[in-house]
Amino acid sequence: MADVKTQDFFAASAVSIQDPILRQALIKVGTGFDGARLAAIEDVTPNRWDEWREEARRIKIHTLDHLDYYLDLLERNVAKAGGQVHFAADAAQANAIVAGIARSGGVKIVTKGKSMVSEELSLNPVLESIGVEVFETDLGEYIIQLAGETPSHLVAPALHKTKEQVAQLFSDKLGLPLLESIEDMAKAAREILREKFLQAEMGISGANFLVAETGTLVIITNEGNGRMCTSAPRIHVGITGMEKVIPSLQDLAVFLRLLPRSATGQRITSYVSMVTGPRRETDEDGPEEFHLVIVDNGRSKMLADPELREALYCIRCGACLNICPVYKKVGGHAYGWVYPGPIGAVVSPLLVGLKQAKDLPHASSLCGACREVCPVKINIPRMLLHLRNELAESPDPKTNAATPAARLMARGYAWLMSSPALLSLSHRLARSLQRPLLMLPFSPLTKGAGGIGRVRLPFLSRWTRAKDLPLLPPRTFHEIWQQELSQTARRRDT
Amino acid sequence: MTQVTVTRASLFATCIVDQMFPQVGVSTVRVLRHLGVEVDFPPDQTCCGQPLYNSGFNQQARRLATRVLDSFDGSEYVVVPSGSCAAMMKVFYLDLFQDQPDQLRRAERMAPKVYEFSQFLVQVLGAAQGEDRLGASYSGTATYHPSCHLLREMNVREEPSELLSRVSGLTMNGLPQAETCCGFGGTFTIKYPHISEGMLADKVENVSASGAETLVSCDMGCLMHIEGALRRRGVDVQTRHLAQILDPTKPEPGS
Repeated sequence: MADVKTQDFFAASAVSIQDPILRQALIKVGTGFDGARLAAIEDVTPNRWDEWREEARRIKIHTLDHLDYYLDLLERNVAKAGGQVHFAADAAQANAIVAGIARSGGVKIVTKGKSMVSEELSLNPVLESIGVEVFETDLGEYIIQLAGETPSHLVAPALHKTKEQVAQLFSDKLGLPLLESIEDMAKAAREILREKFLQAEMGISGANFLVAETGTLVIITNEGNGRMCTSAPRIHVGITGMEKVIPSLQDLAVFLRLLPRSATGQRITSYVSMVTGPRRETDEDGPEEFHLVIVDNGRSKMLADPELREALYCIRCGACLNICPVYKKVGGHAYGWVYPGPIGAVVSPLLVGLKQAKDLPHASSLCGACREVCPVKINIPRMLLHLRNELAESPDPKTNAATPAARLMARGYAWLMSSPALLSLSHRLARSLQRPLLMLPFSPLTKGAGGIGRVRLPFLSRWTRAKDLPLLPPRTFHEIWQQELSQTARRRDT
Repeated sequence: MTQVTVTRASLFATCIVDQMFPQVGVSTVRVLRHLGVEVDFPPDQTCCGQPLYNSGFNQQARRLATRVLDSFDGSEYVVVPSGSCAAMMKVFYLDLFQDQPDQLRRAERMAPKVYEFSQFLVQVLGAAQGEDRLGASYSGTATYHPSCHLLREMNVREEPSELLSRVSGLTMNGLPQAETCCGFGGTFTIKYPHISEGMLADKVENVSASGAETLVSCDMGCLMHIEGALRRRGVDVQTRHLAQILDPTKPEPGS
């Protein structure tokens, strides 16, 4: 599996939020991707968009409710078309299967289309360890492969890099002169990769969808590299998560409407490639072997949990990242694993272990924008709340991450709030202390324009480091009600 | 149109209004009474439990939620001057009690009676229709920040603006990126102050860019958060809860 750094979210996000280059890139996520998404939806007949989302969600619910049936159907139809399905329980097994195919095929060079699952599995180092050269062919993936980095966005993996940084990278790693335009860089990459496509014995692709009734692997791309990977080399290996299966080609239609619009605001991507088995006798080209590796790697655990199953409906469009105010501040790498943003904050804890990723479910203001844009209406905030509850109250010490202090605070808060009398008393005490405290020469409170400027006390200092805190009022609403607003008070007055 | 039947509503003031901003509660009561509502205030109420629920401490949250169910058992309507607390009571209680059938039934009974303040005014009292009954005036320019839970959990989108459009003397300015979270998120702002501050900085910039003198919202959590940064940065924009703008009796109450 890919390196897990989810436990460093707090520190990593504190660094990344200060990065001026990342900030510029992330502004473009909002204006570029999300703006395009909105425009594309406006283009759709009113109400249709929501009907599509409902339909897509229904298809996902149905398929995952009968996943064993559809995986079996898929396997039989892939076999019927002359391909072979491999099921992998975890990353090690999946990598071993692909390495095995490469070894028995005498593979020296692999070209790869974009695949988040292969990032999840850390497939490339495994292939490299058996002497296979791996070339990422999606431009963004190619860039981060050269840089030795991981993707920072589901759809745009090299989003965090400026074109100047890419030009420098191409110059350092490929010995090219410093190129100025993005077109020139794309052209340079294309020339290098074109040659690799022709040399490669094996092409690896991900899959956006797997169609059970026909045994078809579907990828949608804009660069055409995916089609090259699936058609030019002698062996094609598709690798993806088991949740990607859908029943029929008819079901595919609605997803082809939803995914590009949600991801990049396109009505349709430049390429929609559907691959069914290896080349047939009548075909002029295409691979001789077709393998489909279907990966579990923690997904059946998600499937078994009715509270979290929804996360498997995700079609990896990235719309929730593009709208998320937290993602747009900290970027993808801060999340510490392959899947960033709101959906990553749900998926990563489930795949790498909740305790290991305990900060991620809290890395959300629960504003709900992700749920609003999701093309399959995944209720991400609800799942984040569920994970927070697991972390706080699970009887399993492997999941429970609540510190004694946090538990004590929760209990104390509930205790205080369970007694209006106690609450009133504490308000009286605090409000009588606040003014003298503000006047003391060495006070834990300092005066600010809006009341309290800074508090040198745990927790409250985290508020007052950037914003003033209002002073407590001279009376609570309870007191005002009793004294002035209640029926008895009003009768007394008249 | 004269209303024949008297509407009775119970006020859930919310703990933040009770403890920090009682004048918002006073204005809420005044507006409701001005519109002919008979308002009561169950004295046992404190907090809806949302801070605990958002932190994952559902057991403790249920303790507080049960108190709310007890307090408002006999209420005809429950009016809440907060989209977030209203969402807790109307939406999240159903999740919170999903494994406790008895309490769930009570939560389900209460849910349809819970209204956020602006929602109650527009949907129940019809205060945005026909002849003006609000009698509200406020001189100056204002802009409106839609709070996240009000928008996306309560689905209250137009109601506050419909009410604000009836306030005489008030000019409303648009707020750029209005629907983006201010970064408060309850415990979020304490857990991740650096991220929260980044989001808040954007909100403050957009509020400044609106050119408005007053920022209006329906949630004191967001307003306290944004106001804190406005004061710290010396930005000359006032913050007001919608109820304070609609309050027909202007002098600052409750102090």
